[in-house]
Amino acid sequence: MLHIINKSPLANSSLDSCLGVGKEGDILLIEDAIYAATSGSAHEAKIRDAMGRFKIYALLPDLEARGLADRVIEGVTTVGYDGFVELVAANRTCQSWL
Amino acid sequence: MKFGIVVNEGPYQHQASDSAYLFCKAAIEKGHEVSRVFFYHDGVNNATKLTEPPQDDRNVVSRWSKLAEDHGVDLVVCVAAALRRGIRDENLAPGFRISGLGQLVEAGIQADRLVTFGD
Amino acid sequence: MSEGIKKFMFVNRKAPYGTIYALEALEVVLITAAFDQDVSLAFLDDGVYQLKKGQQTKGIDTKNFSPTYRALEGYDIEKLYVEKESMEARGLSEDDLLVDVTVLSRKEMGELMEEQDVLLSF
Repeated sequence: MLHIINKSPLANSSLDSCLGVGKEGDILLIEDAIYAATSGSAHEAKIRDAMGRFKIYALLPDLEARGLADRVIEGVTTVGYDGFVELVAANRTCQSWL
Repeated sequence: MKFGIVVNEGPYQHQASDSAYLFCKAAIEKGHEVSRVFFYHDGVNNATKLTEPPQDDRNVVSRWSKLAEDHGVDLVVCVAAALRRGIRDENLAPGFRISGLGQLVEAGIQADRLVTFGD
Repeated sequence: MSEGIKKFMFVNRKAPYGTIYALEALEVVLITAAFDQDVSLAFLDDGVYQLKKGQQTKGIDTKNFSPTYRALEGYDIEKLYVEKESMEARGLSEDDLLVDVTVLSRKEMGELMEEQDVLLSF
């Protein structure tokens, strides 16, 4: 399944909850959650760990808007809204960790 | 593929409505159908025609109206949430209609995918 | 999946009263049951607080909607799941909850989530 996260991991536990509960599948970071996809952040190790179980994506327009498109952790795939649509279509269900 | 969308937050305060709109636009461009967008909680505030953003800002409300007009997207506003927040038929923007929560459940049943945007 | 019946899971992760989500989620839950769908409620993170016994809302002049959780059974909504780790992290046990629930580990909750057809979170 697809897990969609929209909160900064430094301000909210959504990412932790998703990684704790989620079994496997795809994670898409959108809106303020893109901060989790940036290298050098306190959450980088957590994201790298999660790559074993999940494939991790971050929404490029949200990264660009926040000035962080050039700092994406290696192994995180950036996608546009069309890629977002493809991820939703490719997974049977999706959960928004609001 | 048929998508149903839920928007839980109002315009200009939170990015949810923008993200939902851009998702819908991309889905339609890829040949998918967005059968219904359901506005719930503060999301009902996306439906008021009284919105007047500054000239240099996007018009979130009319953008939704245009999507409904161009692509037949059914924009449904939850009646209970709307009445709580002063959204009524008199101030509804084009393309929106007020109805019950059953419309959300129906979207969940009929759509292939239901995607929620909120806070 | 039976004809026309989908498995709906309502994922409750927010505390009551601070925001309206918990109350408005309950309203959808009741309507979904009226559509004869397979309904589950999951309580994790601060959502567990929605089920705390002894809510008294007079002082904040807000409707106490917690009795509704006990009324769910009357609508044939009996699948209430609470995540153990979330409950424990909040110093709560099953005795603190106002309704009978099934307590699941994180892992079990994740597996249950995978089985659903529609996930709604507020």
